[in-house]
Amino acid sequence: MTTSATPRQEYEVVLEPLLDVSLERDLSLGQRLWQQGWLRKGVILVLLALAWEAVARYQGNDLLLPSFLQTAAALYQGLVSGELLAKVGVSLVVLLKGYLLGIVLAFGLTSLAVSTQFGRDLLGTLTSMFNPLPAIALLPLALLWFGLGDNSLIFVLVHSVLWALALNTYAGFLGVSETLRMAGRNYGLRGLRLVVHILVPAALPSILSGLKIGWAFAWRTLIAAELVFGATSGKGGLGWYIFQNRNELYTDKVFAGLAVVILIGLLVESLVFDTLERLTVRRWGMQR
Amino acid sequence: MNSPLQGHTVSKLSSVATPALLQVDNVSLEYRTAQRVVRATHQVSFEVDKADRYVLLGPSGCGKSTLLKAIGGFIEPVEGAIRLQGQTVNGPGPDRIVVFQEFDQLPPWKTVKENVMFPLLASGTLKRKEAQARAEHYLEKVGLANFADAYPHTLSGGMKARVAIARALAMQPKVLLMDEPFAALDALTRRKMQEELLLLWEEVRFTLLFVTHSIEEALVVGNRILLLSPHPGRVRAEIHSHQYDLQSLGGHDFQASARRIHRLLFEDDGQAEQVSALDFADIRIAY
Repeated sequence: MTTSATPRQEYEVVLEPLLDVSLERDLSLGQRLWQQGWLRKGVILVLLALAWEAVARYQGNDLLLPSFLQTAAALYQGLVSGELLAKVGVSLVVLLKGYLLGIVLAFGLTSLAVSTQFGRDLLGTLTSMFNPLPAIALLPLALLWFGLGDNSLIFVLVHSVLWALALNTYAGFLGVSETLRMAGRNYGLRGLRLVVHILVPAALPSILSGLKIGWAFAWRTLIAAELVFGATSGKGGLGWYIFQNRNELYTDKVFAGLAVVILIGLLVESLVFDTLERLTVRRWGMQR
Repeated sequence: MNSPLQGHTVSKLSSVATPALLQVDNVSLEYRTAQRVVRATHQVSFEVDKADRYVLLGPSGCGKSTLLKAIGGFIEPVEGAIRLQGQTVNGPGPDRIVVFQEFDQLPPWKTVKENVMFPLLASGTLKRKEAQARAEHYLEKVGLANFADAYPHTLSGGMKARVAIARALAMQPKVLLMDEPFAALDALTRRKMQEELLLLWEEVRFTLLFVTHSIEEALVVGNRILLLSPHPGRVRAEIHSHQYDLQSLGGHDFQASARRIHRLLFEDDGQAEQVSALDFADIRIAY
């Protein structure tokens, strides 16, 4: 029944060089355009603006919901008169001070946490204590301690950035593979040099996401602080602008102020963080 | 040629006047889990001479990787001492470069060339310019000169292993420690890497300590093989294998040596059946 000889023949093929078949070909123009992130996001923004305009016109009440075009006009006026830019400047300076200080403190805490047991416990306890505490709830205290002025704002900004960033950075440090750590130690790296040369770059995806979250938290805290407590220093920022215009029922200007907050958020996200990611983690193949 | 070395832990080289490059003297190693302390190796001794290709071979659980890490300075022995050129090893150092099995040993944020330069700069061995020249030299040797500016994530597994070897060789360590460096590669690439490693050794004559759990790989790569028994690791035998290379695969002598090693590792006097039934799956026969 069983046949030992297979019915198929063995064969060998002599391979000719492939000349008439191209090994790669270009994607079509449409596909290439659609791969541009800014274009895709731009389309989403245009769609949102159209929807906004339609709803505002349908409702027809400028006081409650000014249309997209009215807001754009108010925004343009604010920018041209320089009033809005001055407010943005005031807000951004305070924001950057608090943000940078928060970053420095977060790195100090996490570096301590990776090197000592005490640091680990300190970071764990402090983050679980303070992370759930809304920064804005600390502002009355900060005003008492630091007085009216930038310092009390910086204090709450640091509070809003520090814990989120420290948690993310520490989680990133813990995720660095043992092999990479051992390789670093093998070459004589230890302590702070190990953190700088191995842990920080290896944990960069987590650190970047921590920086993003910290940035968003800082913005929220700042605008909220200015909205609730008005101008804490002599000249107000963007939150104060929104607050003042709401009191005077310039709803289009309120929307313009909110739009600026959103625009700055988008700009920082797409210019700063996106560039950072493209130059680092995506180029290194650590993130897609 | 090779008489059994019963209870004979250190190769007798009494005719050689110079002391061994690396001395592992009665070393016991333990590692801690959450519940208990586990003994990985028990009173292991051996000596490695200059330009040796010394292989640690044994089934999983014989502590060979732990032993390599101890020589690398990552683990401290609970008993005995490890001496490199007479100096007791305490802590990791760039005179003993480790090539790991895992592909993520290459920092992904550095290009191939920067990866090779990294230990040279981190340990302060060379200035940037000289480090660059040396990196290029060794990348040329492992055939990756064209990939100097590529990032590791764009390389295949075999190329990553080559970068790790180039990086280790560029440091010109006193002893090169390889922890199953080819285990994660496919069989064809592994064979090619073994061949290249032997060619490199012919050229550079570095001292190599190589951990594997493949009998064939041990016979091909090594000139001496230390057999370790599992749970805890103890020295079972030391065997010469300098006469074999990739051409000897499948030859009669080679097969006989492989069978002898298999017997020494698994047919533990009297309880042959039981032990081989337990541990046969641990051995990887690659060819």
